[in-house]
Amino acid sequence: MVRMMSPGLLRYLVGRLVRALLTVIGLVTIVFLLVRLIPGDPVEAILGDQAGPEEKAELRRALNLDRPVGEQYLSFLGDMADGSMGTSFRRPDRSVWSMMRDVLPYTIVLALAALLVAWFVAIPLGAIAAANAGRGWDKVASTLAVAGLAIPNIWLGPLLILAFGVKLGWLPLPGDDLGGPKALILPAITIGTALAAVLTRQTRAAMIEVLAQQYIIAARARGVPRVPLLLRHALRNALLPVMTIGAAQLGALLSGTVVTEKIFERQGLGTLFLDAFFSRDIPVVQGCVLVIAVIYVAVNLAVDLAYGVVDPRVRLS
Amino acid sequence: MTKVRAHLRRTPVGVAIVAGFFVLGLIGPWIAPYDPLAIDLLHEYESPSWTHLLGTGDNGIDILSALLHGARLAAIVGIVVVGVSVVLGTLLGTWAGYAGRFADHIITGVADLVQAFPAIVLNIAVLALVARPGLVHLIVALAVNGWVLYARLARAETLSLREREFVEAARALGVPTHEVLRRHVIPNLLGPLVIQATTGLGVVILAESTLSFLGLGPGKAVSWGALLDQGTSVLLRFPHVALFSGGAIALTVLGFNLTGDWLRDRLDPRLR
Repeated sequence: MVRMMSPGLLRYLVGRLVRALLTVIGLVTIVFLLVRLIPGDPVEAILGDQAGPEEKAELRRALNLDRPVGEQYLSFLGDMADGSMGTSFRRPDRSVWSMMRDVLPYTIVLALAALLVAWFVAIPLGAIAAANAGRGWDKVASTLAVAGLAIPNIWLGPLLILAFGVKLGWLPLPGDDLGGPKALILPAITIGTALAAVLTRQTRAAMIEVLAQQYIIAARARGVPRVPLLLRHALRNALLPVMTIGAAQLGALLSGTVVTEKIFERQGLGTLFLDAFFSRDIPVVQGCVLVIAVIYVAVNLAVDLAYGVVDPRVRLS
Repeated sequence: MTKVRAHLRRTPVGVAIVAGFFVLGLIGPWIAPYDPLAIDLLHEYESPSWTHLLGTGDNGIDILSALLHGARLAAIVGIVVVGVSVVLGTLLGTWAGYAGRFADHIITGVADLVQAFPAIVLNIAVLALVARPGLVHLIVALAVNGWVLYARLARAETLSLREREFVEAARALGVPTHEVLRRHVIPNLLGPLVIQATTGLGVVILAESTLSFLGLGPGKAVSWGALLDQGTSVLLRFPHVALFSGGAIALTVLGFNLTGDWLRDRLDPRLR
């Protein structure tokens, strides 16, 4: 496999991997520094004002905050490297990673479902808009895109529940049944709408660009009918950038799950994160922040690598 | 009079929404018919009526009054966070773009790292480290990643301005660096920064609402997000609370988005 790769491609892949690794080390460092740099005492934040000095000293020891910063940093790196990501304050018997591992699948499924929603809405809508550029359907699509970008997910979620859960009764209400795929539909739309709006605009722009190419004009001159021309000749070539831009947003979709899991009373990383916030379980907060950021970096890396393999021009930039 | 009316008719919807938002943010608490925290348990969760135009919410508070007070909080948070972010971002971005090399590497590197975190997640992590998050903490948390966008913009513009003749001429004439930046570089950044800041205001107001919705907002203040949170918890029985508070947030964000687009079309000569 390696022998098949050109030296340029190999250099690109290795360089990109090294950069991603450096980014992850940077992220770990920022998450570590956050606790030390934010003015105020984390021990006080955790225990409240009423705690006695002894209690505080004990927690300080448990958190390693009594040791020199360099030593704290090394032990933090150690916790990250051995995969435990530290120990929860509130549940000293559990490692942070084991708590996240339990809920992570729910959140990833939700984020992927949101990505599917975005693709399924944006690609047809953007293609129809481009095929009718400047006319009625184009205006409908661009109005929908503006609305989709402006509507906050904290409002869209409740609206969807009212419309499809309460008024129409088609889909389950929050807390009704958590396992079924039906319960995934409304949360996925809540998260995916903003991305769908962005992708609709991008599909439209990419399609319009492709439709102006010589080979499309040539195909039209040869008498290729309109629908196959649009689907087979134009859309296929416009699709790659749209798919990859969408996939690169998976990290952003993950952060949307924090809000959506709360609205729909679902379990997942977002709920764990918020619970950890309210109980000031700092190691779990740090772990969730890091996992979300690292997934974000990893997805971008995967998209870049795939692009580099598919399109040789990317390796040069 | 006809002139004024003609002028108003040409005012875009977005600008009208934004103007309305700022006016209500300024005078809202004075024209609010009730105290937004006044408890009236006999009239809890009433539908809109002549006594309570938008109905009542949790503990019988008047929704209209709460929204008017919330507008002020949103306006204050938006203006302060965007103000701090623009100043900080412009200084760092201009420095990185003009000085290059070491300063550029450090500033760009930190900006990249901050951007690798989804914004809301980083905001929450910062707030988690404070015992009782208040207004100041909320502002700090939002500014922690707010500056990055403006720094990137200022850096990119500075890089291209640095090579322009009038800047080279000033340097050749021996004008000191800080003077070159102050008189020749920063004034030319203002257009793009104003466009970005307009959209940025909408983003910050939405972020404040989202954090308040999640229960991380400043405790005592009346916030649209907190109201929407209450509304969501009684959604099935009293949907008006969530409808009005969420509508206020959505309308404001839409207004800033439209105004940002409109300004971009008018101010950015490259788009003409």
